[in-house]
Amino acid sequence: MRLPSQRSVADSFSSIPLDEGTDLTLQDGSRVAVIGGGPAGSFFAYFLLKMADEIDLDLEVDIFEPRFFSRGGPSGCNHCGGIVSESLVQILAAEGINLPAEVVQRGIESYVVHMDVGSVAIQSPARESRIAALYRGNGPRGGCDLQWDSFDGYLQEMAIERGARVRPKLITAVEWENGRPRLTENDGHASVYDLVCVSAGVNSNFIGMLKDSPSGVAPPKTTRTYICEFKVGREGVHEIMGNAMHVFLLSIPRLEFAALIPKGEFVTMVMLGDELDQELVHAFLDDPTVRRCFPTDEKPVVCSCSPLINMGATKRPYGDRVVMIGDSGVTRLYKDGIGAAYRTAKAAATTAVFQGVSEESFEENYWPACKAISSDNAIGKVIFGVTTLFKHSKISRRAILRMTTLEQEQEKAPHMSSVLWNMFTGSAPYKAIFASTLHPGFIGSLVWNLAHGIRPSAGNGKAA
Amino acid sequence: MREGVLGTSYYGGETIIQQGETGDCMYVVQSGQVEVVQKVNGGEQRLAVLETGDFFGEMALFEREVRSATVRALVDARVLKIDKKTLLRRIKEDPLLAVNLLQTMSGRIRELNTGLAHAGSESE
Repeated sequence: MRLPSQRSVADSFSSIPLDEGTDLTLQDGSRVAVIGGGPAGSFFAYFLLKMADEIDLDLEVDIFEPRFFSRGGPSGCNHCGGIVSESLVQILAAEGINLPAEVVQRGIESYVVHMDVGSVAIQSPARESRIAALYRGNGPRGGCDLQWDSFDGYLQEMAIERGARVRPKLITAVEWENGRPRLTENDGHASVYDLVCVSAGVNSNFIGMLKDSPSGVAPPKTTRTYICEFKVGREGVHEIMGNAMHVFLLSIPRLEFAALIPKGEFVTMVMLGDELDQELVHAFLDDPTVRRCFPTDEKPVVCSCSPLINMGATKRPYGDRVVMIGDSGVTRLYKDGIGAAYRTAKAAATTAVFQGVSEESFEENYWPACKAISSDNAIGKVIFGVTTLFKHSKISRRAILRMTTLEQEQEKAPHMSSVLWNMFTGSAPYKAIFASTLHPGFIGSLVWNLAHGIRPSAGNGKAA
Repeated sequence: MREGVLGTSYYGGETIIQQGETGDCMYVVQSGQVEVVQKVNGGEQRLAVLETGDFFGEMALFEREVRSATVRALVDARVLKIDKKTLLRRIKEDPLLAVNLLQTMSGRIRELNTGLAHAGSESE
């Protein structure tokens, strides 16, 4: 049995002649399969059933997810830094989805930017905790604190309450029967569906099988990240990290981004970079700036992983009766993957309920949401490129530190603070961040602080 | 503030928004209860008691008028602020998000009409 590639999934759906009179819309009794029960899949099932209910449309939704998010350690985890951005927390609340305290490991109210020339804390512009640090599963290996719930499990429960069924099975084959997808489970059981939503991310076997397809492939481009959990203890986390996420702008070759996130009794370390390997991880942990903030000598690493992340959109994440969402389709560059999962899931669900499940319907109504994310990512690449240039110049690092410190201490217009805040938190589109760097106030202040940065004694900000 | 919480915590009796002030955000109750009161003839009239998941201050998103009522925590409560810019930017992309707000506002108009009809029948 051959599994088609992502591109050929869409193509094969299009090329199969449909039965006379086959209607590419969802009707009462239509069956929808969701492959992957992470945030994208659960958001999709939740919104699909919610909107269907509002127009009295009776759908049957099966979520195929072999993981149990109630399990601690890697078997119940979806391998992610676990940050819900400021803007997503607000939008979910407006949707009526309020993240309970049992799911949020810590509310983040500030970011501390660490550089070799000093550190500076950037307070949340709203002066309140609006960023959620959480675990996708039920916490890392060795976690003994059972008062927390899994974020993915919480979203899955929401979908179940709306009427979705979770089937803890793997899909091993996809075939087409009269233009409809026929999915075979690992126990041999097969069912025909009216729509398949692929939300399996980029780390699942499902995507792997698509990648190996001999028929030509266009899966999302990926890169590897490194995530590990240090067991520090609740008091230690509070003392070292506080309610702040710590990010590092360091001139270490191949390192793009690194952050430390406080969660319960653990600190999560997330690293992004080129060809990320143990050498780069050690170079980061041994850097004097990192050791000053977080010496790791006696802090055991209880869990680690190197998951893939999506670095480029699938060219056409839809076809007749198939749609790809979240990491399987399009996501935001480096940040706010859960936000992209929400946006693509809702756009796909809205299309399926109100416009239909044909390729044309998805192209007209779902693709614009994907394209908006992709276009914004192109601007994001430029911003990260410029940041890398700044990161490698000591004068620039001094200027960034001085400018941000003055803004935070003297409550001046937060030009640099807001650019850094939005870049690190993923709270604003890259387009909005880019626009704010064109503000005359930003440019003037940056030039002034660059001039100061040439004289180190005049320019250093305080360590946070 | 507890570790795993979002928003801002208020003690019982503490004012969250004040009638007559300007504002550019709405709020969603995350825990506890808040009361909505309005100044009437030198006194105060309670308009509603809101609980987890309820929102208030949404009129500021659509009008440039001052706050029409005071909202204060009835018991210890936690409230999340939602920025006008963030919400309107998202509503532009996804107009269906506004349906949630419309449903609540529609419910409030219905309650207001019922209250007016009730007051009218009592005065006759």
